[in-house]
Amino acid sequence: MKAMGNSFRAWLHREGSAYTFLAPYAILFIVFIVVPVIAAVLLSFTYFDTIQFPQFIGLRNYITLLTQDDIFMKYVLPNTIEFAVIVGPGGYMLAFLLAWMLAQLPRLPRTILALILYSPSMTSSVTMAVVWQTLFSGDQNGYLNSYLLNLGLIQETIQWLQSPQYLMPIMIVVTLWSSMGVGFLAMLAGILDINPELYEAAAIDGMSSRWQEIFYITIPSMKPQMLFGAVMAIVGTFQAGAIGVALSGANPTPQYAGQLIVNHIEDYGFLRYEMGYAAAISVVLLLMVLFFTRLANRLFRSEEER
Amino acid sequence: MRRRRFRLYSLRSSGINPSGFHPSQIPFYLILAPLVAFMLLPIIFIFSTAFKPLEELFAYPPRFFVVNPTLKNSRDLLSLMSISDVPVTRYLFNSIVVTLASMVASLFISSAAAYALSKKRFRLKQTLFAVNTVALMFVPIAVTIPRFLIIAKTGLIDSFLVHILPGLAMPVGVFLLKQFMDTVPNEVIEAAQIDGASDLQIYWRIILPMVRPALATMAILTFQATWNNADTSALYINIESLKTFAFYLSTLSATTAGANPVAGQGMAAAAALIMFLPNLIIFIFLQSQVMSTMSHSGLKG
Repeated sequence: MKAMGNSFRAWLHREGSAYTFLAPYAILFIVFIVVPVIAAVLLSFTYFDTIQFPQFIGLRNYITLLTQDDIFMKYVLPNTIEFAVIVGPGGYMLAFLLAWMLAQLPRLPRTILALILYSPSMTSSVTMAVVWQTLFSGDQNGYLNSYLLNLGLIQETIQWLQSPQYLMPIMIVVTLWSSMGVGFLAMLAGILDINPELYEAAAIDGMSSRWQEIFYITIPSMKPQMLFGAVMAIVGTFQAGAIGVALSGANPTPQYAGQLIVNHIEDYGFLRYEMGYAAAISVVLLLMVLFFTRLANRLFRSEEER
Repeated sequence: MRRRRFRLYSLRSSGINPSGFHPSQIPFYLILAPLVAFMLLPIIFIFSTAFKPLEELFAYPPRFFVVNPTLKNSRDLLSLMSISDVPVTRYLFNSIVVTLASMVASLFISSAAAYALSKKRFRLKQTLFAVNTVALMFVPIAVTIPRFLIIAKTGLIDSFLVHILPGLAMPVGVFLLKQFMDTVPNEVIEAAQIDGASDLQIYWRIILPMVRPALATMAILTFQATWNNADTSALYINIESLKTFAFYLSTLSATTAGANPVAGQGMAAAAALIMFLPNLIIFIFLQSQVMSTMSHSGLKG
């Protein structure tokens, strides 16, 4: 007993201060990140209507999700994939290309242009939905309608945010607009930090085209930043899922045209109070994020760690 | 040797991070210009609409740019009561208090954790940092429901703290701070230890002053996350007078703001402008610090 006390004291002396510094963050991290994730996994195996104690039902939620949830299979999953593929890799490549072009400019214009590109990401597009609703308003007073009518491109007003065929493209444009965030800045910094001698050496070795430079020097030299940017892009894409409901003002969105997995979770969780089922969808969402992050990891892992 | 240096210099003015203008940059300007203009459009729209007088808001066909700017929209907005009889200034006050408190708290909590993960020696150090790195891909919106249940259990519903506490667990902030602290040489700390400095003194007097750029970045990220956050008020707060300005803005829709839908547009834009401007101003002041932090943002995978 005494020996144990002593070794505990020795441990406290050795590592106690590190844990003291870590403790406040660690507690919040556990309460608001670790526990919710574990709770989501556990709840996903139950039937839970928030009134009675959760009832264990095994894999039934997942089975229902995969076999009986028509809306999930017909709308939510394809929508999520379409949205995620265009906004995720699309936005990511756009961010890299923009960062790369900015890096070719002198400091002052670069800073100004980077600020303009970054500033939309400071807004929250969901919070800003009211602005988009004015721009895309369905009557002839709406800005987009009015301009297109004036130009003779359309004959009658279009209900942009209420029509299934336009809602998704608008969601994608709005999300891309605000996606040049931290990841974009990280990639810009990464490109600027590459030792210019690498380019000199390549030029002397006969490398002439800018594309060769990008693929053989720029990207390999900044893999860590590329990976950071990729993770930020993936998280940002799935986090942006509420945009369709915010734009159209309704959950479910008109004919489920803008229904993403995040809206499906809220639909079941907060509108139907089927918390267990909603938790199962949450777990599927977390697995999707995990899968894409691993994919990015494969692509941009630093050589020495392989 | 002389010739070689000249050659390097001439290449630098056309390659990455050039020191001045060079004709080879023109194509980049030409490609960037329309993209940048597109990105800028909604922001100009917010500015323009926010300052439009009533007759311009009513004008048909609608004009994009304001002709006779007025502050009337913002004045009307700030003297407005929400549907539930809470003055708009109250939401704004809540937002300011919550955001400032979050920024101060997250600077201390995250930098302390980053200090331990970067400079202290303990057995679980690598593991815990790896856990934090995995948490970078945490998507808070995915666990809205379990989070709601936990927050309900801890009695945080309808308390001011619920605006602040969940946001303090910000893995990306700790990650960036830790990466930046890794660049502080260990010799500096060892020298201070020999002089008899305590852990707290090393953290406070040596580490924090040396990682100011990362602290500035952390401050910006916390500001953006808290100031723009409408979900907390929507999910965890039932008392109207404890909700934030972002929430108020998110409840506005072009048709419900104010008594008249068109007049409402002007006020909604003024509200959007109030949301956006502080973000912009803070970033302009701190942008060079942010860029130097981002140089250390790399993920080894």
